[in-house]
Amino acid sequence: METVRTQDVSVNDLPWKIDWRDERCTMCGSCVAACTFTAIEAAMERRSVTISTGHQPEPAQRHSAVPVIRQRSGTAHICVGCGMCEKVCPNKAIRPVRNEDNRVNLLTRAGGVAIKRGGRNNIMADRVLDKVIVGRISQMTDPSLDSERHTFDVLAPFGRVLLPGELPFTVNGDNLELTAKTPPVHWIYPLIFSDMSVGALSTRAWEAIALATAYLNEKCNIPVRMSSGEGGMPVKLLKSEYLKYMIIQIASGHFGWNRIIKAMPHMVTDPAGILIKIGQGAKPGDGGLLPAAKVAEHIQAIRGVPKADLLSPPNHQGLYSIEESVQKMHMSLNAAFKFRVPVAIKCAASATSVSVYNNLLRDPYYICGGFFIDGLQGGTGAANEVSLDHTGHPVVSKVRECYLAAVKQGRQGQIPLWAGGGIGMTGNAAADAFKLICLGANGVFIGKILIQLLGCVGNERGRCNACNTGLCPTGICTQDPRLVKRLDIDKGAQAIVDYMVAFDQELKKLMAPIGNSSLPVGRSDALVTTDKAVADKLAIQYAC
Amino acid sequence: MCRIGALKSKQYLHPAQALRLMIPQQEGHDNSGFAMVIQDLGGVFGKYKDKPLMSLACTQKGANLVENYMETRGFIQIFEWVPPVNKVAGLDIKAMPHYIYRAYDYPEHYRKASPAAKEDLLLDTRLAVRALLEKDEQGYVYSFWPDVLTLKEIGDPRDIAVYFRLWDETGDMIAKNIVVQCRQNTNYEIVRYAAHPFFIQGYTLCANGENTFYTKNKEYQRSLNKGYIGFESDSQNFLYSLHYVLRTLKWPIKYYKHVITPLPFAEIEKRPDRDVLTLIRQTLGHLEINGPNTIIAMLPDSSMMTCCDSKKLRPVIVGGDGETMAISSEVCGLNTILPHRNKELDVYPGEREIVVVTPELEVQRWKQ
Repeated sequence: METVRTQDVSVNDLPWKIDWRDERCTMCGSCVAACTFTAIEAAMERRSVTISTGHQPEPAQRHSAVPVIRQRSGTAHICVGCGMCEKVCPNKAIRPVRNEDNRVNLLTRAGGVAIKRGGRNNIMADRVLDKVIVGRISQMTDPSLDSERHTFDVLAPFGRVLLPGELPFTVNGDNLELTAKTPPVHWIYPLIFSDMSVGALSTRAWEAIALATAYLNEKCNIPVRMSSGEGGMPVKLLKSEYLKYMIIQIASGHFGWNRIIKAMPHMVTDPAGILIKIGQGAKPGDGGLLPAAKVAEHIQAIRGVPKADLLSPPNHQGLYSIEESVQKMHMSLNAAFKFRVPVAIKCAASATSVSVYNNLLRDPYYICGGFFIDGLQGGTGAANEVSLDHTGHPVVSKVRECYLAAVKQGRQGQIPLWAGGGIGMTGNAAADAFKLICLGANGVFIGKILIQLLGCVGNERGRCNACNTGLCPTGICTQDPRLVKRLDIDKGAQAIVDYMVAFDQELKKLMAPIGNSSLPVGRSDALVTTDKAVADKLAIQYAC
Repeated sequence: MCRIGALKSKQYLHPAQALRLMIPQQEGHDNSGFAMVIQDLGGVFGKYKDKPLMSLACTQKGANLVENYMETRGFIQIFEWVPPVNKVAGLDIKAMPHYIYRAYDYPEHYRKASPAAKEDLLLDTRLAVRALLEKDEQGYVYSFWPDVLTLKEIGDPRDIAVYFRLWDETGDMIAKNIVVQCRQNTNYEIVRYAAHPFFIQGYTLCANGENTFYTKNKEYQRSLNKGYIGFESDSQNFLYSLHYVLRTLKWPIKYYKHVITPLPFAEIEKRPDRDVLTLIRQTLGHLEINGPNTIIAMLPDSSMMTCCDSKKLRPVIVGGDGETMAISSEVCGLNTILPHRNKELDVYPGEREIVVVTPELEVQRWKQ
């Protein structure tokens, strides 16, 4: 009899247990080969069988060694529940099963190292957007529109909008004439493919999103824009016509900008915009993090760095205030593209967001072209779990507060508000977008749902969340050439295109009943909630 | 559905004529009130055309409050007219105790002020009087402007006309321009301030329909002008935007349509003036309206104008005989008062048009 050693880690301590069916398994080995985490292994087990074959009981014991598929029990090779084994098994002989009684949180700080992972906040699952519904349906005197036949203007501004009195118009007879240049404003689809870098994503995954972006623009009349993320862009794309669909991001590490600047003289068109990333909803106060495991040769080339953990600083070095950021960063990026390209800023939602927005609204140069607020349910490729789970701010009330702060000053719409972080978390991004727009957002940005459409199996209940390991089983968040090939670029792009075409229909399906043919920015009267606290906070109607 | 109307004539008209324009248009339980703004006055007001005229409906206490206030502000009352009401039993009217029309001279220190300063004074004064009356619920002030008179009341328009002896056509209260509406805004609480036509600084407007961008319009307009208050009706948004575009921004009238119902982006792109139109759309996006509606407005120079929502979901017709022009929701009203007009010249404005009847009674059509 073996001694019980209570500190030993067993499979029952881990978050997922492998349910393997001996009787269905042919020992083909596909599951072991597919498991990027080497959480399962082929092993030999000793079996003892007692049999009796005669008319009278004549028990005989036989020992044999049998091959099995076995879950490894240490913390070095934890099953993340990705289910690739199940996906690959021809006989449905294996699957991961969630283990509610696991002790993983107590086991994985071995060596005194904080837990890092990818994904989203896994604790704050509460979604205000699901407590809000579109309750102002037009009937009788103000008829609903026919979403199938009516034409809708589904466009949002990206760029600095002037106050009416600031417009450089002169009256000439019965006409207004423009007498001076105005800040660039692009009217784009009210949804932006958000900032996931080449590096955080595999080249294939990034390419699939870029491909979907181009296809939606060129073939579907959905002028969606894609943000590069902090990590540069392929030079070929920088020099191509398709750059016009891209928003180039600059973050505190300035990764990739060496190549971008070198490509500027060769650009045949302007990018759609520049996005200065100050913060990220998933890990506010933290800079970007690309673990060395993912800094493959091509990533080193794009970013111009050696193989090492790439940590962007938590803030932009040399900027000490909002005014300074506007004066230096916004100005230089505006100037770089000769004031033809709108420059926006992205911050993590925070208790201080309204102050920042108010300050930006007073930008005297008219060069802040958008305020992106990223809520705590945004995703990331790598972060400390304590940041993911225990820092951040919900985006909904923050967008509303920013909008109402602008309303108070008569400056709503001057710096477009874009909201992100958990958009489409429960599957319907159109509903989330619509509600946020009614609350004052001009548009939304999505990230996590895009990679979920590509095949990412990660979720907010701790499934997978291994984007930081370089072992992404779906080939999306890894640079391992063997794993990357698991992702079919065309199929991935197709899934995103399909989703967006449906998104467009669903958005119109929500605009139609409230009788709007253009986006209902600030139409808070269209929303009701059954939660009194939410009603009070968002200044919308309470219903029960 | 509200029916709205306006009359513009070379001759002075009695308000009864406006009632005859409106009453045939009644359907169902419409016609729950009567309200009109008249401009370019004759009759008892003919001598005071350059004097600001205050239109009040109030209690005795309210009348005293206003009198005291105006006195302390240095306004000198030079004329007062109280319509001789006819208190017949059984009339459907929720009458206020007093209806008072007072013409004033400007305070001494304003006599040489610029027209703009005087106009701002009139607005400030009306807002102050409104606040004064609202405080103790002592009544209503509808307009305070030279040569403009407002009457609003709740009840059956026919009975209201009996009460104010409008059918008598005495010649006391006559005008060359009348904007009229025969229904309180019954989708909301019935209050007198919610009854169109609405008035601000020479701009008068009434609307038929809904404005589903009421909230966003209201939130924006509040910051544009201290006079943009009340918002008892979603139709006030149209007036404030009209006032803002024409008076504050001083843009030509055709741009009002570009503000409230901007062209789709795809259409703007094809136009030579796309830069201007895009800027208007993006800067004044919060003044865009939505929902089904038609508006009729009167401008300070007594021009009349009408336009519709971008889908033409509410009717309107413009027609006349050269002596009198009428704009109204439905043709039956015009047929009643102008049966002899050449109907082939009637204009049914499209969803992309502004139709203006100039002070000379010319009809201009501005295509958006």
